[in-house]
Amino acid sequence: MFRNIPAAMAAFFLSFPAGAEEMDDAEVSELRERVRQLEERLDAQEAQDSQVAATTSSEKTDGSAQPVGNAFNPAISLIIDAKYRHLELDPDTYQIGGFVPAGGHGGEDEHGHGAGPGERGFSLDETELTISGNVDPYWSGYFTAGLSDGEIEIEEAWIQNSGYFPGVIAKAGRFFSGVGYINEQHPHAWDFADAPLVQQAFYGGNLGDDGIQLRYVAPTPLFLEFGVEAGRGESFPGSERNQNGANAGAAFVHLGGDVGFSNSYRIGASYRETTATEREYDDEDSTGAEIENVFSDLKSKTWGIDFVWKWAPNGDPSARNFKFQAEYYQRTEDGQLGYDLDDTTGNFAQEGTYSSDQSGWYAQAVYQFMPRWRVGVRYDLLDSGTIDYGPVMDGSISRDDLQLLRAHDPERTTVMIDFSSSEFARFRLQYAQDKSRFDETDDQIIFQYIVSLGAHGAHRF
Amino acid sequence: MRMLVVCCFLLLSAALPQTALAKISAFACEPEWASLLSELGGKEVSVYQATSPKQDPHRVEARPSLVARMRSADIVVCSGSDLEIGWLPVLLQSAGNSKVQPGQPGHFMASEFVERIDVPEKVDRSMGDVHPYGNPHVHLDPRNLAVIADALSQRLATIDPDRAAVYADRNAAFQTRWSESIKRWEREASGLKGLKIVTYHRDSAYLGNWLGMTLTITIEPKPGIPPSANHLAKLLKELDAEPADLIIRMAYNEPKAPAWLHDRTGIPLAELPYTVGGTKQAKDLFTLFDDTISRLRQATGR
Repeated sequence: MFRNIPAAMAAFFLSFPAGAEEMDDAEVSELRERVRQLEERLDAQEAQDSQVAATTSSEKTDGSAQPVGNAFNPAISLIIDAKYRHLELDPDTYQIGGFVPAGGHGGEDEHGHGAGPGERGFSLDETELTISGNVDPYWSGYFTAGLSDGEIEIEEAWIQNSGYFPGVIAKAGRFFSGVGYINEQHPHAWDFADAPLVQQAFYGGNLGDDGIQLRYVAPTPLFLEFGVEAGRGESFPGSERNQNGANAGAAFVHLGGDVGFSNSYRIGASYRETTATEREYDDEDSTGAEIENVFSDLKSKTWGIDFVWKWAPNGDPSARNFKFQAEYYQRTEDGQLGYDLDDTTGNFAQEGTYSSDQSGWYAQAVYQFMPRWRVGVRYDLLDSGTIDYGPVMDGSISRDDLQLLRAHDPERTTVMIDFSSSEFARFRLQYAQDKSRFDETDDQIIFQYIVSLGAHGAHRF
Repeated sequence: MRMLVVCCFLLLSAALPQTALAKISAFACEPEWASLLSELGGKEVSVYQATSPKQDPHRVEARPSLVARMRSADIVVCSGSDLEIGWLPVLLQSAGNSKVQPGQPGHFMASEFVERIDVPEKVDRSMGDVHPYGNPHVHLDPRNLAVIADALSQRLATIDPDRAAVYADRNAAFQTRWSESIKRWEREASGLKGLKIVTYHRDSAYLGNWLGMTLTITIEPKPGIPPSANHLAKLLKELDAEPADLIIRMAYNEPKAPAWLHDRTGIPLAELPYTVGGTKQAKDLFTLFDDTISRLRQATGR
């Protein structure tokens, strides 16, 4: 309003005819000049005003001005993963026969992510809190904690640079290893309520480590990626140790591409090496007495191949899609095994060299037959392979004195159906016939729901 | 292990010479941007189109092939405003390409250059998969494309200054043809003004805005949530009470629900290309609007 004062004044002067007759020509031309100047100033002022108006109106429609994205705050997401389980057999007796248990002993997994069938009845297994964002122009950061009763576990906490060197992605901190396919996925992204048996037996669920990872994506039209990792190696099959340097190393390669508009695939191969000292596990001898055995100077080498194929008509998965995935792992372990630790003296009843060669695989297929509804089937098979232990070979103890390491090929067949009310909520019913134990078959029914609150990060392929 | 390293180097040395190509390489998230890049870049830009016109751009997998293409891109052109939130961030993170990261000249989000509509006052997931930055389907208002073409042309010149003059010339030629075409389309579509339209998703909001058509009903109950039988029955009642003139289905939309409504109500149904390649006739940006308007007129008889 006040900006228009010069105009009002000009109008005022112009509408003032009185005395005009008395003015001479010089005065008139002087006044005319002043009016012209005032008009010019008015025009400039008006242009400025309309500019101001334009910016304010575009602010109203420009999303960036809305208080919605918390632009400078990290994205926060919370995932609630709850289950109801009906398990025919007592989960405390659970074991993957023929395999050294990942947590040191069988039974249900205390951490609720990965190994074992979990608890009977209703349970809130693990609530996952993720915070992520950019640190500065060079680094982005990611943090995921698994929250369960009385416990917070930092599952991942890492920083990453993508592309400071062309094609190089550098990651440091605690992260899920890039070996295999399912390993990098958090449990909420799995297509079944539990991890494949081979993943449970060889890595105890998701394999995470503290360390560094370098990936290189080749500048080729076909997706080709190489990765190496060096880490602390504390998680199974490694063990805690007090030592400089890296205790575990891994390398992997991924190759992927499309076949037409509707099909895409990724093939991978991985290798990981780690060492363990004082890795304990609980076993029973031939009389059924509980014993504790301890590995030392153990070198554990795991290699694997993984394959995933996805189909979506014209590349649009929203109505129908199909996914097939399979992974195979083989592991050899060589070292020392102390048999039957005497807690009071700290001595073993027997000691000797230990070497094993074991393998396992799974294959699964998931089909979304209509929007929101999917069905899936999965088959798991492990091969306890060969286990050579000095005291058994020289006859000091019998093979039955290592009850858990008797020959067995654990097997499991799983079917599931799930419904997603939106991208952020999924309800799943799953049935499994589990022959992980030596002689008994467990029928497992799991009802699961997974919901995601807050920012929901995009999923990897 | 050693074998693997040797293999790495062999493959690398085989792959590296490809980066020495002089052309700039562009990654277009959607067909409309691939088409615009071809208009503005001509032979100087090699364009990779990440999605097909039959794909819902909201729901695309971050496939390995897309990571590979993003790895070598000099510029990434997308709609932005969170349309690609489900896949673009993963590609950016996995490709190891600093040129196309947010804030770099190689990161071009088209919707940021125009005024967006449907910016929600409040955002909550109970509203479905809403876009907090407003409606991202900006390309169906050709006046938006003119603004975006100017910005994209300048951006190409920033990335590839040696050919700045070429880009400027091509843009000038495009703008002349485009503004003439807009006048023609507006003339042809003058009879569509005031139509009440039903759409599957609010992806025709800008088209409606431009041609003066009013979006009265969306078939999806909430963005990204498919309609249930109950919801469709409710829509029938609403349409009985307040009839609409036209149902619009975009090429990538789910076909059944719009066809069902059309059968039940007799309201004409227009199947629109949505983007370049969505119909046989929509071969480039010009024919996209030619075909869109001719289909709208055919369906309504106006």
